[in-house]
Amino acid sequence: MASKGICDRVAIVGMGCTKFGEHWDRGASDLLVDAVQEAYGSAGIEPDNVDAYWLGTTGSGISGLTLSEPLKIQYKPVTRLENMCATGSEAMRNAAYAVASGAYDLVMAVGVEKLKDSGFSGLTGSAPPGDGTESGMTAPANFSLLAPAYAEKYGVDLETMRDVLTKIAYKNHYNGARNEKAQFQREVPVEKINSSPKIAGMLGIMDCSGVSDGAAAAVICRAEDAHKYNDNPIFIKALSFVAGPAEGAKRQDYDFTTFPEVVESARDAYEQAGIDDPREQISMAEVHDCFTPTELVLMEDLGFSPRGQAWKDTMDGRFDLHGEQPVNPDGGLKSFGHPIGASGLRMMYEMWLQLRGEAGERQIADPKVGLTHNLGGAPGRCVSFVSVVGL
Amino acid sequence: MSGIVRYGSYVPFNRIQRSAMGFGRGERAAASYDEDSASMAVEASREALRGLPDGAAVDTVVFASTSAPYTEKLNAATLQAATNLPKSVTALDFGGSSRAGLSALLAGLDMAAAGRTVLVAASDVVVGAPSGPRESGGGDAAAAFVLSGNGAEPIARLIGRASCTEEVLDVWQSPGMPFAKQWEERFGASIFTPLLVETFARALADAGVAASDLAKVVLDGTNARVFRGFMRPSGLAPTQLADGLAGTVGRSGAAHAGLTLASALDGASAGDRIAVACVADGVDVAVFEVSEAIDDGRPKHSVASWVESKRDDLAYTTYLKWRDVLPFEPPRRPDPDRPAAPPMQRAERWKFGFLGSRCNRCGNTNLPPQRVCVVCQASDDSTVEPYADSECRVSTYTLDRLAYSLQPPVIGAVVDFDKGGRMLCQLTDVDPDKVAIGDELEMTFRRLYTAGGVHNYFWKARPKR
Repeated sequence: MASKGICDRVAIVGMGCTKFGEHWDRGASDLLVDAVQEAYGSAGIEPDNVDAYWLGTTGSGISGLTLSEPLKIQYKPVTRLENMCATGSEAMRNAAYAVASGAYDLVMAVGVEKLKDSGFSGLTGSAPPGDGTESGMTAPANFSLLAPAYAEKYGVDLETMRDVLTKIAYKNHYNGARNEKAQFQREVPVEKINSSPKIAGMLGIMDCSGVSDGAAAAVICRAEDAHKYNDNPIFIKALSFVAGPAEGAKRQDYDFTTFPEVVESARDAYEQAGIDDPREQISMAEVHDCFTPTELVLMEDLGFSPRGQAWKDTMDGRFDLHGEQPVNPDGGLKSFGHPIGASGLRMMYEMWLQLRGEAGERQIADPKVGLTHNLGGAPGRCVSFVSVVGL
Repeated sequence: MSGIVRYGSYVPFNRIQRSAMGFGRGERAAASYDEDSASMAVEASREALRGLPDGAAVDTVVFASTSAPYTEKLNAATLQAATNLPKSVTALDFGGSSRAGLSALLAGLDMAAAGRTVLVAASDVVVGAPSGPRESGGGDAAAAFVLSGNGAEPIARLIGRASCTEEVLDVWQSPGMPFAKQWEERFGASIFTPLLVETFARALADAGVAASDLAKVVLDGTNARVFRGFMRPSGLAPTQLADGLAGTVGRSGAAHAGLTLASALDGASAGDRIAVACVADGVDVAVFEVSEAIDDGRPKHSVASWVESKRDDLAYTTYLKWRDVLPFEPPRRPDPDRPAAPPMQRAERWKFGFLGSRCNRCGNTNLPPQRVCVVCQASDDSTVEPYADSECRVSTYTLDRLAYSLQPPVIGAVVDFDKGGRMLCQLTDVDPDKVAIGDELEMTFRRLYTAGGVHNYFWKARPKR
């Protein structure tokens, strides 16, 4: 792959993030106003300072008007984009490239999703008119295929596998319990996770991320301008995005224990950032734990654990808040919630807090390099985003 | 002269005990939530079309049912598309009476005598008012016949026939009525028994055979009381009576004469003469003589094998839900989208014919057919690869308790075909607790759901039956 990257050329100088959850009293417009105004304040800027906006949402509005109308943005470019569950990260990636190109000096990436107005359980999509031959399987069903496949390939008995998945959910709720913006702010006992009602395969409801409303925003400029706006900016080391050919559902050699798209986007990002040993060099990560087995597989695809070892590292506490390589210190999709378009920027919000030493009770000791990973689709057919950020 | 070249039958997997319905003995066959008369007709037709002899190229398709999925839109076209018959076929729907199945067979034999090669499929999903005799006595099934007048050697030749039509109020259902009604059976018997005796005699005379020459007599009709006074006056012995499948399948409407005829053919030997009669709004009688070709012409599944392959504990409330009789709490999920006409048209060979593609460069098979090969990325260089009859197995699977279904959980499986190719599809006719990786599967044509009055047909996999 030939992505040259923009290592250390672009900085984040302000961020905002709403509490995620069931905001019955707030629409997408309200959530956008809250997140964007918080980000303006964080960067110490006025709306007039921002040259252009990128808005990610999968279904809470169409066009840039979704953002410009509630915020009364005065005749500026606003791009609305969508890339499944990686939408928020895509808004950030495109905004970062815009300032790197020199076309704009100061831009904003915003993500929003208002999921709880539908009245349905889980996620709902609005597919274009089709021929009716799709499998009709839901997201938890697609991701549930990972667990038995991983267990079989690496000789993990299903009882142990259940313990591993439970550990991931437990850890992320433990972290979310220390986060005032998380959807779920309580630790969940292991027994409750183990016995939660079954949704798909071996996944119970406590293996699934929270369906929630929320928004997040980032103010982005070129590195040389960063200190104009903020004394403690964070710097983008790598941005990688991959859309796969969706062959896993068509080729018999795909075994549902990996996301090739993640492997490729991680390889690309590490090359951009000059990372050759992610297990040692990445201080912390926010990853796309849409369902507990996803996080397990990601630990290997991102190179945090050798193949077949992530289940042991998980059980050994490597990825705990105070483990060697904390993963999802803010609670992740599992506990912080997953308003689709906002999630990628929410991950970056935790990097922002942690790298600046503002994570309070969750603060990781002296983090240097953080990673965010955002995924959209299903095993065998997905898009993957990886960023590396640091000081 | 014309005759039956091949035949096939289909009895769905599920049975409901009549004791659970509070009426009658034994059990009845129940189409699954994802089946209707068109999908079952496809299953029976696939049986009849497999291994057609040389010279039997079907050019006419006839669908007969009293429960056609569409009242306007040709159901025989679904049959043509799902069986990959040429678009040049003449296609017709028959209905209006449960005699339509045998009438269609006779009409098809007439067309065959005129030089056509005809597929006749009769199929019905019989729904009666809850707790009534039609509900418990009915059954769901399909039968199909390929008919020819020349060329292919028939397995059974039509040697005689007779018909009679009577304007009488016996069974009726007008638009807006949820269930058919039937007049008092004693009245029906008083009208039909003499008509049956007379018509049957004419058919035997036409065939030039005596009642005692018949190996089997297949009797079917809306009213079992009609047959009480028929056998002895017609010179028939009880041993000649074919199994009417009442206790195992139930009367499957327009399909039933064909289904019981198929059952008789399953057990027939060369030289046997078989008469089949159907009494509904009149009488049709056909007399066949079985030929030497019978032993090479039997379908993969006998009626008995379908009957034995079953799950027999269907709950009555589930049955009523499947038949849209009992309203129920829907899942908290959006209703499925109505499939759109242009995409369905573009995907017809995949959606109905289940045809994939094979890359001419690397030989990889692509499901659904791809313009760009998933392995070698060669573009627009592939040939059609049929998959409906391909062996396949469960690579991995999951139980989806969130997805919309009339029978949760949806069993989603990654299905790998022995000849190459993979697809994600739903399993059906399977106990969720008994699915296992490696299970052998076969493909089956189903109605996934109905949305906006549009029936969404596609293929699922089921354990081998």
